[in-house]
Amino acid sequence: MAILVFLEHRGTELQKGSLGVLSRATQLGGDVAAVVAGEGARALASEAGKFGAAKVWVCEDEQVAQPLPGPRVDVLAQVVAEGGYDTVLFANSVLAADVASGLAARLDAGLNWDLVDVELRGGELVGKRPALQDSVYADVGWSGTPRLALFRAGSFDATAAGGGEPEVAEVSPSYAAHSAGARLVGQDEEKGGGPSIEDAEIVVAGGRGLGGPENFTLAEELANALGGAVGATRAVVDAGWYPYSAQIGQTGKTVSPKLYVALGISGAIQHKVGMQSSSVIVSINKDANAPIFEFSDLGVVGDVHEIVPKLTELIRQRRG
Amino acid sequence: MRIAVCVKHVPEGAPRLDPSTKRLDRDGEGALNHFDANAVEEALRLKGDSGSEVVAVSLGPAKAMDSLRKALAMGADRAVLVSDEAAAGSDLVATSRVLAAALAREEPDLVLFGQQASDSDGAVLWAAVAERLGRPVVSQAMELSVDGGSLRVKRQTEFGYDTIEAPLPAVVAVSDAINEPRYPSLKGIMGAKKKPQDVVSLADLGVDPGDAGESGSRTTVLALAEPPARGGARKIEDDGDAAREIVEFLTEKRLV
Ligand SMILES: Cc1cc2nc3c(=O)[nH]c(=O)nc-3n(C[C@H](O)[C@H](O)[C@H](O)COP(=O)(O)OP(=O)(O)OC[C@H]3O[C@@H](n4cnc5c(N)ncnc54)[C@H](O)[C@@H]3O)c2cc1C
Ligand SMILES: Nc1ncnc2c1ncn2[C@@H]1O[C@H](COP(=O)(O)O)[C@@H](O)[C@H]1O
Repeated sequence: MAILVFLEHRGTELQKGSLGVLSRATQLGGDVAAVVAGEGARALASEAGKFGAAKVWVCEDEQVAQPLPGPRVDVLAQVVAEGGYDTVLFANSVLAADVASGLAARLDAGLNWDLVDVELRGGELVGKRPALQDSVYADVGWSGTPRLALFRAGSFDATAAGGGEPEVAEVSPSYAAHSAGARLVGQDEEKGGGPSIEDAEIVVAGGRGLGGPENFTLAEELANALGGAVGATRAVVDAGWYPYSAQIGQTGKTVSPKLYVALGISGAIQHKVGMQSSSVIVSINKDANAPIFEFSDLGVVGDVHEIVPKLTELIRQRRG
Repeated sequence: MRIAVCVKHVPEGAPRLDPSTKRLDRDGEGALNHFDANAVEEALRLKGDSGSEVVAVSLGPAKAMDSLRKALAMGADRAVLVSDEAAAGSDLVATSRVLAAALAREEPDLVLFGQQASDSDGAVLWAAVAERLGRPVVSQAMELSVDGGSLRVKRQTEFGYDTIEAPLPAVVAVSDAINEPRYPSLKGIMGAKKKPQDVVSLADLGVDPGDAGESGSRTTVLALAEPPARGGARKIEDDGDAAREIVEFLTEKRLV
């Protein structure tokens, strides 16, 4: 097997998720190559080597200066052709998902997404894929090559493999006209600010089921009574109900408190990856079929507006 | 301007996989994927009172027309359903091939997708379709505007918020925070019946049956298993006493 791992970077840092996938790839055996595209790619090659990449393809073309998928499909298609890779692995992210899917169409290659693991079984690559809101686990395979796999955020730890300096190869493909169509014209990083929910021992998170921004006081008062912090889903953050700094999930923060209380949250995978390692999960949702119940220790089918005020009051009484 | 919206008919309630075919059981009741209602709403908002046309496109069983009719009831002008036995069981490679062929016929200036299909949770299809159509793609749009020949999107990534511009024709996948989808009015529901509802086959699209369905797919499901159990999980129905039961549970776990 000849594996290529797509490494995503931001500034001078390779993203932990993609290094995790690289670590896992090296455990499968054989030489593993990586590709880094964008400003500062060359300088990151030796870092990729430390995590086990024997060869690193780098591209610093102006076309890949922005974190957009189109031109990266061209880069990967070229690397797959030149290097003869039969397997290409990605750590899920907004960017990587679009690159992987575009590449699948470009090469007519099978893409299995949302994998949480991969293994070799009798020489065949088999992916582990939780499906239907994680209510069933499927073993998935590929017919033909290259095989493309997109791993769920946080599936693997990044562990330095003690590898030496990797071989570095430059790649500069010809870019398809449509690849370069989209342009980034503004960027706004507001993640740093706000109260830290990452260190809180108790997190009370609110979702769209709260019904409106004014109802976040329900979450705030319960969090207060419990001595915890308030979190939110992307749906309510993007709707302007609550600040981005409180967002939990794939594109927000990852928390692992002792207690996570989910109020009116459906439990989408992208939210789950940010809170699944919480020790105890309690959720209130009026839909008995809500996916959040699949991973709650205590699931309550009911209305947050009925239950939460009573709950807050009872906890206040206990705390005296 | 012509706007095409891709919508999926998904099983209602808790979906299940058929253990013998390892495919999703699509025999039960279905409904419009709720994430796609946001895409329909956005298309209708962009259309406004301009002369634009909104066409809803779906690949699915004959019953998927119910979901297309919901899009028509919301206000879409036309519906196209690609329905063909040979397309059943299509994976990303095959689905994107068929859908792109159906979309190409419409020559849309803008193709909209929903955030994800609630039965596949892929959130991936648009980039493959865009690649086959040879168009730029922007995903996770939480704000979208079109001005003359180009569009502008605000979206969230792992690093904050991006503003992206792209020339038309283009493909955009919207997030579920972009708008509040309207409910179809009675007038809308009645009116939907008279709107054009085309059903096309793979042959109509010039797609070889071998390039669709399982034979056109490049991924396979090998086996299904139960998920690792979360020990001691409890689920209760609120009968007015849930708050007290939660407190008892938290006390048991020494969390209060
Ligand atoms: C690339 C990508 C990245 C993403 N990143 C993130 C991320 O970082 N974080 C994140 O959270 N999401 C993320 N998402 C979005 C995610 O897929 C979901 O859309 C989102 O988490 C849904 O938020 P929600 O649960 O608040 O809303 P909904 O899914 O709308 O759920 C609301 C729930 O409230 C329940 N409800 C309604 N009324 C009541 C009531 N009165 N009482 C009790 N329950 C009620 C409903 O039954 C429903 O289950 C991402 C998606 C993508 C595609
Ligand atoms: N069979 C289908 N027919 C039409 N559109 C679809 C179909 N499947 C998925 N889509 C569109 O693609 C989006 C993402 O789907 P997915 O990548 O499967 O999560 C959905 O929100 C729909 O807009």
